[in-house]
Amino acid sequence: MNFDFSDDQKQLRDQARKFLAEKCSPKAVRIVLDGKAPYDKELWKGLAEMGFLGVAIPEDFGGAGAGHLELCVIAEEMGRANAPVPFSSTVYLAAEALLIAGSDAQKKKWLPAIAAGEAIGTLALFEGKGNPSPKNVKLTAANGVLNGVKKPVADGAIADFAVVAARTGSSGRDGDISLFVVDLRDGGVEVKSLANLDPTRGQAEINFRDCKAEPLGAAGEGWSILTQVLDRAAVLCAFEQVGGSDRALEMGRDYALDRIAFGRQIGSFQAVKHMLADMYVSATLARSNSYYGAWALSTNAAELPEAAAAARISATQAFQHCAKNNIQVHGGMGFTWEFDCHMYYRRANAMALGLGSLSYWEDQLIDRMRKKNAA
Amino acid sequence: MNFDDTPQEAEFRATARAWIAANAPKQYEEELRKSSLGRTQLKSANILEVAKAWQKKKADAGWACLHWPKDYGGRGSSPIERVIWQQEEGPFGKLSGMFIIGHGMCGPTMMAFAREEHKRSYLPPLASGEKVWCQLFSEPAGGSDVAGLRTRAEKDGDEWVINGQKIWTSGAHYSDYGILLTRTDPNVAKHKGLTMFFLDMKSPGVEVRPIKQASGASDFNEVYFTNVRIPDHQRLGEVNDGWNVSLTTLMNERMSIGAGVSTGFPELLDYCSSLMLDDGPAIEDRAVRARLANWAVKASGLRYTSMRAISALSKGERPGPENSIGKLVAGSMIQDVATYALDLQGAAGVFSGPEDAEVAGRFQAMLLRAPGTRVEGGTDEIMRNIIAERVLGLPGDIRVDKDVPFNKTPTKGRG
Repeated sequence: MNFDFSDDQKQLRDQARKFLAEKCSPKAVRIVLDGKAPYDKELWKGLAEMGFLGVAIPEDFGGAGAGHLELCVIAEEMGRANAPVPFSSTVYLAAEALLIAGSDAQKKKWLPAIAAGEAIGTLALFEGKGNPSPKNVKLTAANGVLNGVKKPVADGAIADFAVVAARTGSSGRDGDISLFVVDLRDGGVEVKSLANLDPTRGQAEINFRDCKAEPLGAAGEGWSILTQVLDRAAVLCAFEQVGGSDRALEMGRDYALDRIAFGRQIGSFQAVKHMLADMYVSATLARSNSYYGAWALSTNAAELPEAAAAARISATQAFQHCAKNNIQVHGGMGFTWEFDCHMYYRRANAMALGLGSLSYWEDQLIDRMRKKNAA
Repeated sequence: MNFDDTPQEAEFRATARAWIAANAPKQYEEELRKSSLGRTQLKSANILEVAKAWQKKKADAGWACLHWPKDYGGRGSSPIERVIWQQEEGPFGKLSGMFIIGHGMCGPTMMAFAREEHKRSYLPPLASGEKVWCQLFSEPAGGSDVAGLRTRAEKDGDEWVINGQKIWTSGAHYSDYGILLTRTDPNVAKHKGLTMFFLDMKSPGVEVRPIKQASGASDFNEVYFTNVRIPDHQRLGEVNDGWNVSLTTLMNERMSIGAGVSTGFPELLDYCSSLMLDDGPAIEDRAVRARLANWAVKASGLRYTSMRAISALSKGERPGPENSIGKLVAGSMIQDVATYALDLQGAAGVFSGPEDAEVAGRFQAMLLRAPGTRVEGGTDEIMRNIIAERVLGLPGDIRVDKDVPFNKTPTKGRG
């Protein structure tokens, strides 16, 4: 049994960690946090040069042709560094949708551009309140044009193209939904940035008005493709969340060792020690569930839907838990803008909603376990 | 990343599987499979006798205590082979319950500290289950704080004379031998005046009294020592070095990997899949699903944490510290799971008899046994201290009795 990443993959993780420690310091993250830039363009360029953006994109389409396990270890480091770049929207959502359902021409147009850092992509799924469900897709597609409003769209204000979920039928079934690719630079859209919990990753509203769009995948297959995209993204996001959990835990541990109160290190009080031990427990459960997700993703196993949901839930819980208690360990200083704790708190809570919230995935997990048991 | 055996592992697994298929007591398989925390017993047979017979059969064929050296009754197997054996043994592994302390703690301590002739004579019958061992550490005045124990050992010629009392001794009532931690010098700080021995539980002056637990069952005992004599050659380690010897024992207690901790989740999922609530099947209720999902990811998280440790063993590496979370997570989880299963039963959840209670009362038994799992073998709080100190590197507790002679430390809380 070798339920672990290979030495090469671990080396890649170290390489990514080193690169991000240098190019993505908390100071750099704060430029985006403070609204001085919509994302870190220099870092994005650097990630392309390192080959990280195209690590799971086949060589034929300009990528490194490595695989999803390699992408997982990079994702972990992106989460640890709280990187203020549109990595998840572009790489986990847009690129994966194209890999699953794109035509050769679509792949040729977008994938090399993604790998080179020249195109930012996203997925436009949500329309206000609610979790992923065909019922919640109201935006219509007819005669090659889209009409409707999508929000929130992650990184929508800086995206060059979007994969859009649209209604093409009214039977009340999954087959009513189809996917489209829209080149956002061609007009027909009005894009508005919206204030959100985590300013280091923008959220936008996109208003589509007779916007030209080309189908992605077969008509009526949209929901089935989306489900696959969300499962893959759930695993990859889980690795970001695992990286973020570990970093928040480390920050709390380090502060507990440095801070003196009542004449001793605060990390010598059991109330603080036990809080940190519980954070370690959450982070460990999340990591192990995510490894299983990585295995299922990389082997395209039948267990992927269940493994992805478990990774999603466990990693979301861990990141929220570690980020919130990291502030608690820091006391008053943790609640200042100056300390970095709130950046992880913001990221953890924003990520908890991005692919559908916890309650959605909890329901999905049990549904999928039942289906597996019935089969 | 894969779950595949290496060719050698696959060969070992096939051999183990074939032997188990041909030799295991199949008539009890179903019952063992269904047994859960608080209820590991057989209807038609005495489980202790079945367990001893299975252990002896394994030992005769070289399948007992696999990782022990052959000279001491083991097989000389690698750690990963031991894990594969446990996976293949499956529900029959539940029969090893009465040997866990002997094999997991007493044996390794004997191996590290006993004289060679003692190892050769005592270890093989321990491995084969013909002799059962217990561990006599905890006392009324020393549970989590083991080093606070008061049982005295005083030298008298070539012998030691023991007086005092132990408590929470699992299986003392059916044990043949025990390892015993005593105080040999009360004039020095508490960790510095301890000495370890092993003894025959049939020695004159040893009295075992079962404790009736909160669950109603009696797995544990009080053991009283009145002028019990132990020859000096049964001392384990140096005089007054018992604390270091005991650390070897306790380290082994928490090292068990691959046996799988019981969380109650498979039982609850199974129950909810068939349970009808007022509004329909429980498994279709959003609130029920949310609770199930939260436990599902803990159970799977523990399972894959253990897989990571097994992978390290398979590569010949030392597993990381992550396996230390198992008991902490599973202990409180099984208690919560049992509480929720009863909640789903409404008023009828109160029944505990096998005829009236749902699914023969398995969740009621689980609920009543669960508080013990959060205390035995290291309380939740001790486990958190271990994670905080050994894994995260946080400072140890400030110990006010550290440099005080043991006989000068306070013994009373109030008044």
